[in-house]
Amino acid sequence: MATRLRESIKILFRYKSFIIGLFMIMFFVILSIYAIVIIPYDKAIRMWNSIEYWEDYPKLALPAWINSFSSKKLPEGTIILDSRKTELGITKSVQRIEFGGVGTLININMRFTYEYEDFPSEIALWFYVNTTEPMLIIITWVKPDGTEVLVYREVLSSYQYYRLTGDLEFISRFEARLISKLGKKPNYQIPSEIALFAKEDETILDKETVTPLKGKYQVKIKARTGDPKANLDVKINIYGKVYGLLGTDDRRRDLLIGILWGAPLALSFGVLASVATVLLQMIIAAIAAWYGGWVDHLISRINEVVMIIPFLPLLIMISYFYKFSIWTLLIVVVALSMFGPGVKTYRAMFLQVREMPYIEAAQAYGASNARIILRYMVPKILPTIVPNIVLAVPSFVFLEAALAILGVGDPQAITWGKILDEAYTGGALYWGRYHWILAPSLCLVLISIGFALMGFTLDRVFNPRLREM
Amino acid sequence: MLKYHRSREVMRIIRFIGIRTLIVAISLIIAIYLTVIVANMGGHIDKIMESEVKLRVYARLRNDPTWKALPAEERERIAQSRIQQELERLGLTQPFIVRSFKYLQDALTLNLGRALYITSGGGSKRIWDIILERLPPTVLLFTTANVLIFFAEILIGLTASRKYGSKLDKTIVGFAWLSSMPGWFYGIFLILIFAAWLRVLPYGGMVDAPPPEELHLYALSVLKHMVLPLASWLIAYIPIGAYSRRTFFLLFSMEDYVDYARARGVPPRIIERRYILRPTLPPIITSFVLTLIVSWMGAMVTERVFSWPGLGTLMREAIGINDAPVIIGVITIYAYLLAISVIALDIAYAIIDPRIRVGG
Repeated sequence: MATRLRESIKILFRYKSFIIGLFMIMFFVILSIYAIVIIPYDKAIRMWNSIEYWEDYPKLALPAWINSFSSKKLPEGTIILDSRKTELGITKSVQRIEFGGVGTLININMRFTYEYEDFPSEIALWFYVNTTEPMLIIITWVKPDGTEVLVYREVLSSYQYYRLTGDLEFISRFEARLISKLGKKPNYQIPSEIALFAKEDETILDKETVTPLKGKYQVKIKARTGDPKANLDVKINIYGKVYGLLGTDDRRRDLLIGILWGAPLALSFGVLASVATVLLQMIIAAIAAWYGGWVDHLISRINEVVMIIPFLPLLIMISYFYKFSIWTLLIVVVALSMFGPGVKTYRAMFLQVREMPYIEAAQAYGASNARIILRYMVPKILPTIVPNIVLAVPSFVFLEAALAILGVGDPQAITWGKILDEAYTGGALYWGRYHWILAPSLCLVLISIGFALMGFTLDRVFNPRLREM
Repeated sequence: MLKYHRSREVMRIIRFIGIRTLIVAISLIIAIYLTVIVANMGGHIDKIMESEVKLRVYARLRNDPTWKALPAEERERIAQSRIQQELERLGLTQPFIVRSFKYLQDALTLNLGRALYITSGGGSKRIWDIILERLPPTVLLFTTANVLIFFAEILIGLTASRKYGSKLDKTIVGFAWLSSMPGWFYGIFLILIFAAWLRVLPYGGMVDAPPPEELHLYALSVLKHMVLPLASWLIAYIPIGAYSRRTFFLLFSMEDYVDYARARGVPPRIIERRYILRPTLPPIITSFVLTLIVSWMGAMVTERVFSWPGLGTLMREAIGINDAPVIIGVITIYAYLLAISVIALDIAYAIIDPRIRVGG
């Protein structure tokens, strides 16, 4: 038996398709191990479903390697200007003042270099104010050519989040300034992030010609309040347009993390479901064939009932009503598919096995029924079934994806199907965010081709009906 | 002697068909009953409806000034009696197990009743109206797809098996892995390429909005919307089908009687038609008919991806808002269709297959 197995494996490796398939699957296995090692599952889930964690990531960013193919260098990642961190280019001074009463004067200066050829996607500010007294905050933006833009002038007395992108008041103020400077109105509505980065000459008037200014920018923040113990910290996020290996989704999540953690889930779900289903089908078929009589009849009848029940709607109903975790789903899927056409085929095979002399011999020395079924009958046809197990893996991976697409998947788990569903419902196709759809899809493609190539080769080697023709 | 033989044969066929019909009928009943239980979440839906009724009654009473003026006990008594009335009207006073059999009986007699929430395009709540409105789009799309797949499979399979080892044959074997991915998945790619990128075909739906008035333009619009879903199914299901047909035909062409016919000098075309195709046709047709009926259930995911307004979409909507009567209705129709075709196929084979006729 062992030598025969070794022979078969040797033959398998003679097929290029098997080796390619094996490589693909090995790739995902390594990816899975890597995912499990660097981020534990519960941490990954918490991270994935959190909003705060992804605060500093650009929204719907394309993969960063796009830059090596595009003519324009797109801004990568996020430029984070945080006054709490004394990095290079950030200075902060807090002054107690005493003239006609007490107070605090805060000066924050932030400098950064911008060397990209396209505008940022979004700009947002956080004000951490630790006083309840009113505090006047003025932010001035200085472009590399010295132009100053008033960004913010507001009285705050508590924490505030301010999204500059989409602030119509700022934009109309900026446009008014532009008209007085250039004597003309731009022929499009200038978004805030273009306003802050564009060269302010004739080019800014047209959407096609507007270009960002490269060089050193400066943000000057001045604050004044009557509370002598007051403090202010400001974080400014200038979000880019590309990020990481796979980009981000509409909740700013790094798709790489999702894809990485999707691998172990896809592999374990597919393989476990496939192995469990086929083994159970085989055992049921063996029981039917071995006992015969009413047992056989009962199993055939159950089979017929199961074949009349529509599988997918039933599964969707059950998972919709009970909101399963992916592992409960696995059990339900196996339970629903352990009867069905497979049992019929295997039963026919076992009927032949039952008549073989070695079974009779086993019976003669008093082997129990369970022993005969599990140790003698099932192993006999196992080699012919192995290809089926391998070939069925992708169908279970896709079943999980289908449930996610229908909106009844595990609400917490990070699966490729779920990312695909979010991309699809998030309008990734309409908005041209193809990376969001392509990342999970290509993984599904690769994993299913990998198993299919292996499965077809295994089928050829273990079921040599057609080989000698 | 011959006459005696004939009548025995007929008796055998009738007996066989009778037993088969009985078995299928029992399966049908069990399957529908299971659906009734699952669709009502084992009675859980009733509790939801009951609390909805309570909520409704109290909300209505609270707006009633005369009720508000009554003493507390009296108010409570009135509320309870109203709730009781409402529950009786909805038939919720009987225990679930009793009603589950009533639902089963209604389903089996095709008395599908009324939907809880979903309405048809015309505003009807009758489940028959809703189903009959959603069935044609599904049948149109998936019957077309399956018929195309069926003929393509047989044609390609036959050609490949005729030229075993040829380039075509190798291509078919080489492309079988395409089928390891489902149709809806290709759908997403096709939408990406042809709708989002090239912008030549629609993203989804069945007709343009607003639908064209003239009939031929309407048909053209539907056709245009069918291209992508059809293509996605053809790509996904023809490769494996052609591959398995090819294997199937090859196995049959190795039978001794085929070799004998060849040796006798029977022309290859006739061998193909009479000696290979004819004996392999019954299982092929069986699988075709069953796939067809299963597909009428609406491929839920494909319909979702292409926003196709068919039965699959209806099912998804019904499950999404717990509309149990609609779910039971759709599955009942489906189970009936499946059961009837299984019996019809059994009868056809009982008449054709000599092994059944003479009791083999």
